[in-house]
Amino acid sequence: MSWVLALPIMIPFVTAVLAFLLRRSRMGDLASVGGSVASLVAAVVLIAEVLDQGVIAGQIGGWQAPFGITLVADHLSAAMVLITAIIGLSVAVWSLAEIGPTSARFGYHALFQSLLGGVTGAFLTGDLFNLYVWFEVLLISSFGLLVIGGRKSAIDGAVKYVTLNLIATVLFLAGAGLLYGATGTLNMADLRGAVAASPDQGLMTLIAMMLMVAFGMKAAVFPLFFWLPASYHTPHYAVSAVFAGLLTKVGVYALLRVFTLIFVGDLGYTHEILLWVSLLTMLTGVLGAAAQSDFRKILSFHIISQIGYMVLGLALMTPLAVMGAVFYLLHHIIVKTNLFLIAGVSQRLTGSSDLYAIGGLYRTAPLLAALFIIPAFSLAGFPPLSGFWAKFVIVRASLDLGEWLVAGVALLVGLLTIFSMTKIWAEAFWKAHPDGRQPALADLPRSARWQMMVPIIALAVMTVLIGAFPSAFLEFATKGAEQLLDPAAYVAAVLGEARR
Amino acid sequence: METLVACLSGFLVATSIWLMLSGNLMRFLFGLLLLSNGVNLAILAAGRLTPGAPPLLGAKGALPPDTMANALPQALLLTAIVIGFGLFAFALALTIRAYRTFGHLEVDRMRIAEPAEERE
Repeated sequence: MSWVLALPIMIPFVTAVLAFLLRRSRMGDLASVGGSVASLVAAVVLIAEVLDQGVIAGQIGGWQAPFGITLVADHLSAAMVLITAIIGLSVAVWSLAEIGPTSARFGYHALFQSLLGGVTGAFLTGDLFNLYVWFEVLLISSFGLLVIGGRKSAIDGAVKYVTLNLIATVLFLAGAGLLYGATGTLNMADLRGAVAASPDQGLMTLIAMMLMVAFGMKAAVFPLFFWLPASYHTPHYAVSAVFAGLLTKVGVYALLRVFTLIFVGDLGYTHEILLWVSLLTMLTGVLGAAAQSDFRKILSFHIISQIGYMVLGLALMTPLAVMGAVFYLLHHIIVKTNLFLIAGVSQRLTGSSDLYAIGGLYRTAPLLAALFIIPAFSLAGFPPLSGFWAKFVIVRASLDLGEWLVAGVALLVGLLTIFSMTKIWAEAFWKAHPDGRQPALADLPRSARWQMMVPIIALAVMTVLIGAFPSAFLEFATKGAEQLLDPAAYVAAVLGEARR
Repeated sequence: METLVACLSGFLVATSIWLMLSGNLMRFLFGLLLLSNGVNLAILAAGRLTPGAPPLLGAKGALPPDTMANALPQALLLTAIVIGFGLFAFALALTIRAYRTFGHLEVDRMRIAEPAEERE
């Protein structure tokens, strides 16, 4: 078995155990940060290996595919693992300033690390049932993180988050079970051939729809997103930052994987549905945001509308469009996490997240204002930031297909995104604080200032770098999309090794 | 036999949907429990209910004489039951906490995170 593949999953869980044992002392926090650094190193090693050798696969316990559980890393998986590690480290450092001893004693750092482990596992597994297990791991960790503050609104949000996500999970389980009953395999590479060869294509489409609903609910697409705006603004800011960056993207990743690798027999049906779903997701998300006046609620609705762009890339299914989806996925995680972290600092400085009750940040905390501009404008798609290239590729791909309506909606949603971002800018940064407060970064204790600002600056620099040198990242995404659309290398890496 | 199990599974799912639509969190949880049991039965039925020998090799690795039963669906089921149990336990604890916090379990009246009134 290849250690390169196993380590990114193992490190977070070892760290989680350490952080749990040390949860009563400051050492637990440090264990979490140290483990995140180790995860980042492991992720860099993994992506270097993938760039060097192409798709790599490992069979756990030496059980040959398709009988055992396979771990696979192609370009997309490796990049997602790397970005998970980057977000993990940033938020772990940022948490030091926000998470007090009470939450730490209840196991915040252990839950946080096991969440990262679950996310990484979901990105690396090559087995459908194993994917279900990783979904459960990250789900139960996220439940714990959501309620760990214990505020009334968090309990309220958690009720909706928990119930709807549990239904999605049961649907996923039913789909996986029926698929096994129909094809006799759960290995994703093996399923590609087995599904194509199945005599009953109608049943396959039915199962595909069950999985689409299950993953769609995780990804928060229209009309399954209601749990997200109900819960994402209630927990600690560090928690909502990592949720916003990673959790829905696991759903998008699962959609990308399953609907390029396994269910490609009836594109006219499945991907047509995805197309309409993505358009409605973009529109409802951005219109929902326009009606909100809370910093985090606006950002939460924008998660939904941005998910629409990624699903749109998958729905169009051309090489350029899928490349756009991959690029969008990678750029968006960084931007969205950063915006939530900035919202956290703003709340800390001004005392509220209600946009009508805060203000004055531009005058008194210009650094924070400048750092807000970068991810906010990147989210809206301003050149030369990373979001511009992401939107450019998706719109270009829809124009190539002559889908004028699709391109129009994508551009309109970009415009409305600017509206929301301008609203935050005008209310939180531009106008004076209604109570005459002068919120400044210097108000924060010295250590908290560093712990909060360094991750934000690092993520903003990444956004700028992706925007300034897009060709390397676009090339990487192109390679990732090629592997998704022609999974011969993926299948050979998984099954070929067994026949050696 | 498979038809019977499939019908039972369908019955459980139908009951669970009725329970989950009732708007009371406790009933919702009972519905969820029935739903996951219904799905578990469906997986069992999808793996074919055949009277086969246990899938164990004899002495010196000899294959059993008859057709072997497929053990994988049962392994999947066990995993799903254990995971489902854990999640259900959490959901139950959350429900108790919600009841203590709000004093009721009507989900339609839980509007603290999303107030119904917009500001004037």
